[in-house]
Amino acid sequence: MKQHHLDDNKVSQAKWDEPLIFERSIPGVVGHVFPAAEPDLIHVAGKLEDIIPSTMTRKDPPRIPEVSEPGIARHFTRLSQMNFAVNLGTYPLGSCTMKYNPAENNWAASTPGFAWLHPLQDSSMTQGALEMMWELERWLGEITGMDAVTLQPAAGAQGEWTGVMMMREYHRCFTEECELRTEMLIPDAAHGTNPASAAMAGYKVVVIPSSKEGLVDLDAIKEAAGSRTAGLMLTNPNTIGVFEKDIGEITDIVHDAGGLVYYDGANFNAIMGKVRPGDMGFDVVHLNLHKSFSTPHGGGGPGAGPVGVTEKLKEFLPVPRVIKKDDGSFDLDYDYPRSIGKVKSFYGNFGVLIRAYSYIYALGAEGLERASEVAVLNANYIAHHVRKIPGFTLPYSQDAPRMHECVISAEELKERTEVTAMNIAKRLLDFGVHAPTVYFPLIVPEALMIEPTETESRQELDYFISALEKISEEAHEDPERVKRAPHSTAVGLLDEYRAAHPKTLTLSYRMYQEYQKQDGD
Amino acid sequence: MTKATEKDMLESIGKKSLDDLFSNIPEKFKLPRDLNLPRSHSEMEVTRRIQELAGKNKPADNGRVFLGSGIGMHYVPAIVPALATRAEFLTSYTSYQAEVSQGMLQTLFEYQSLLAEILEIDVVNSSMYDMATAVAEAARMTARVKKQRSKFLVPGTMNPEHYQVLYTYTEPADIQLDRIEYDEKTGLMLLSDLESKMNEKVAGVYIENPSYLGFIESQVDEVSKIVHDYDALLVTGVDVLSLGLIRPPGNYGADIVIAEGQHLGSPMSFGGPLLGIFGCINDRKLIYQMPGRLVGMTKTEKEPYEDGYVLTLSPREQHIRREKATSNICSNQALAAVTAAIYLSLLGPAGLKQVGETIAYNANYTAKMLDKIPGVKAPAIGESIWKEFVVQFQKNVSAKDVHEGLLARGFHGGKILTDEYPALGESMLFCVTEIHSKETIDELIQAVKDIMSQGGAKS
Repeated sequence: MKQHHLDDNKVSQAKWDEPLIFERSIPGVVGHVFPAAEPDLIHVAGKLEDIIPSTMTRKDPPRIPEVSEPGIARHFTRLSQMNFAVNLGTYPLGSCTMKYNPAENNWAASTPGFAWLHPLQDSSMTQGALEMMWELERWLGEITGMDAVTLQPAAGAQGEWTGVMMMREYHRCFTEECELRTEMLIPDAAHGTNPASAAMAGYKVVVIPSSKEGLVDLDAIKEAAGSRTAGLMLTNPNTIGVFEKDIGEITDIVHDAGGLVYYDGANFNAIMGKVRPGDMGFDVVHLNLHKSFSTPHGGGGPGAGPVGVTEKLKEFLPVPRVIKKDDGSFDLDYDYPRSIGKVKSFYGNFGVLIRAYSYIYALGAEGLERASEVAVLNANYIAHHVRKIPGFTLPYSQDAPRMHECVISAEELKERTEVTAMNIAKRLLDFGVHAPTVYFPLIVPEALMIEPTETESRQELDYFISALEKISEEAHEDPERVKRAPHSTAVGLLDEYRAAHPKTLTLSYRMYQEYQKQDGD
Repeated sequence: MTKATEKDMLESIGKKSLDDLFSNIPEKFKLPRDLNLPRSHSEMEVTRRIQELAGKNKPADNGRVFLGSGIGMHYVPAIVPALATRAEFLTSYTSYQAEVSQGMLQTLFEYQSLLAEILEIDVVNSSMYDMATAVAEAARMTARVKKQRSKFLVPGTMNPEHYQVLYTYTEPADIQLDRIEYDEKTGLMLLSDLESKMNEKVAGVYIENPSYLGFIESQVDEVSKIVHDYDALLVTGVDVLSLGLIRPPGNYGADIVIAEGQHLGSPMSFGGPLLGIFGCINDRKLIYQMPGRLVGMTKTEKEPYEDGYVLTLSPREQHIRREKATSNICSNQALAAVTAAIYLSLLGPAGLKQVGETIAYNANYTAKMLDKIPGVKAPAIGESIWKEFVVQFQKNVSAKDVHEGLLARGFHGGKILTDEYPALGESMLFCVTEIHSKETIDELIQAVKDIMSQGGAKS
């Protein structure tokens, strides 16, 4: 492995002394002028005081800042420079799949033919949009091995809940055991959204412990599955990055008990073109287009969480569905009486769907499979080299290959040096890379969950590994250096306790001014 | 990745082939064929395909479409997307490492703060998916705050799509929805019906202002008093662009406020991404039950104690509280919130007032001119309208006739309401904003006039 000279003195995030936009305000400054209504139009429309009832008129203008356009440009450009992003460096957040987002796809979403389309326009005016959705549904169905797909859910968690709602409807309509089947089985290593989504659909969550290999414990599943089981929610590969090799047995056990099996697609980047949830026995699948299909995360969203189902669940999909008519034209169809209804406005995060469409069209079958192969190779490369660093181990199923991510434990390092996973995460920032996900999954102590994705080059992986080597050295020689990190970011360690404390909780400039006023009294 | 690098890396980890890395997948499940997808395409070919699809659409950027119903057709100043789509914002994840994410966190804090000022409410979270899911989450929140209460009352004129989403969300939580009747002429909520439905089971009451059908609900003080007399929570849905002119919901006692934020600088994009604005009063009983992420202001742990921003109160959220979380929401609409922050900062109080006024004039002009046409009534319900209004067609001309007649003349009329609100007869919900010029509006009026005089014939 090529050695890199690491020098954190050469890395520094931009830092501006940029106040809140409220503090840039100069009374009377106008940032943007709209065309004024024409006088003869106003003459017909009437006076404002006749248009808005006097009891409903706003008396005091909102106290929002008055800033010129150049001031706005500078403010937000400076803020943007104090924000780490994929376009700046390695962003190995486990389970988040921070791959590069191709520029082309953003262009596709912003083209006026899509961006300026109103969702209620006559279908004769939206044929291209409907065709795109229709095709994308079919592609995602093929990729997951599902019979039908809805694009409506806005995010992965909403996809999960949509899927669980359909499972519930299935039990109500077919097995007529909705009242009896009140339990959702969820492994202890699952993403937090799984139990939260199941609970939002009214289910009691039954936690399935992991085996000593970090996999689903078959005996525990056998014991838990029964007449009260509505289904199982599972991530495969699981959150330690290992493929559940007993998946056939697992889905059989749940099906034999009369339940359905849900596939959490957060980790789908490992298996594109290799294996399909439908072929493994899953009944419902959600995908995160903002993960495996490269749409940007936008600092937390928007994402998109399409859901695929097998034939028997098809009639429960949210409305409207996109249909292709006999004459080859496309339309929206609301006539599905057994549908769970609507889960959000209109048809989903359309702008995100276009980007995913553009991505799949560019990569094709071959490209998607290659993306998964390289993602898996990169994760194994990280796992192999990081576990050799003093203080780091690779817990569970040590001989099994990792898939798209690996979970390293820093427990030994903590025992020896008192340097924690969080300290390591903060210190990594000093080397110009983002930290992995930390303290998740909960079954791994001092967890560092690393997902490099396929778009990191070997050089970047080597750099990341060397940074962890360096931190391990520092932890043994000068642990305070690590514990005081970060040193090169726009601000130093922030006080999270103060942020959440009832006496100092400040969630808006309005609350901030209240405190100032109280302090002044 | 080149084949040479692949070989090197495999050697370095002691593996012979890529297949070895997929050895945990049982053979019987491995896909024995290629996925049945299009072949791979160069970027130029992708561009052509996207252009081909986009070319089959007829977008509304010519200003001849008069649809609203939850989506805002508004002008987007060029600086807004130019800043919001900077890669540092666009390609970042949720700000889990605050020290390296101050740009996004401060921007979201500013978003929360700008909306708090406009709504006159203390706390706004950093986004929900859209207004429909925001009202749904608000209903669930009222039932958590007011334990033992399980009813949520909504106006009879509520946005039907929002109602459908509300129903999907509340049904599994055993929350019962009930509609409050309205006056068929003014559209206003019947206070007597509200009173008769209020009891110790009602957790929250929802009002829209302006309403879905466009009229301004002017009895807000009375409604607020009734709701609070029964110790229930008042949830209000508003249009932010109206709030330079119209009283903000915090001013009349709203406990929870929701709105659609797509109007604030984001494109319509065939209905998504949208932005769910969600705020509440500064009461810990409410704040601790809020769904969604919150950015809080804090200081560095060490000197010089600089100001900084972090995600806070996360014990409400799914990644900590799991099945006991206030909501399952994880990914939200952060970039749309960034967009809204930039848009509102640019507008300032003067811009917000100006755009609100222009909309009020344009919409009222259009309604008055349409109302002059024989056989046309506008607004067909309500006395005061701001941006949207119901237009009713008489003389045996159906809304569908008008719709098709307008299409044939290069226009798109409002949403047809005939199925949703049969009581309103043959009607459409028109939306007029600052993007509609007087010239285009006059052409629209002439087109409707022609259609009506020809008894609905297409051309």
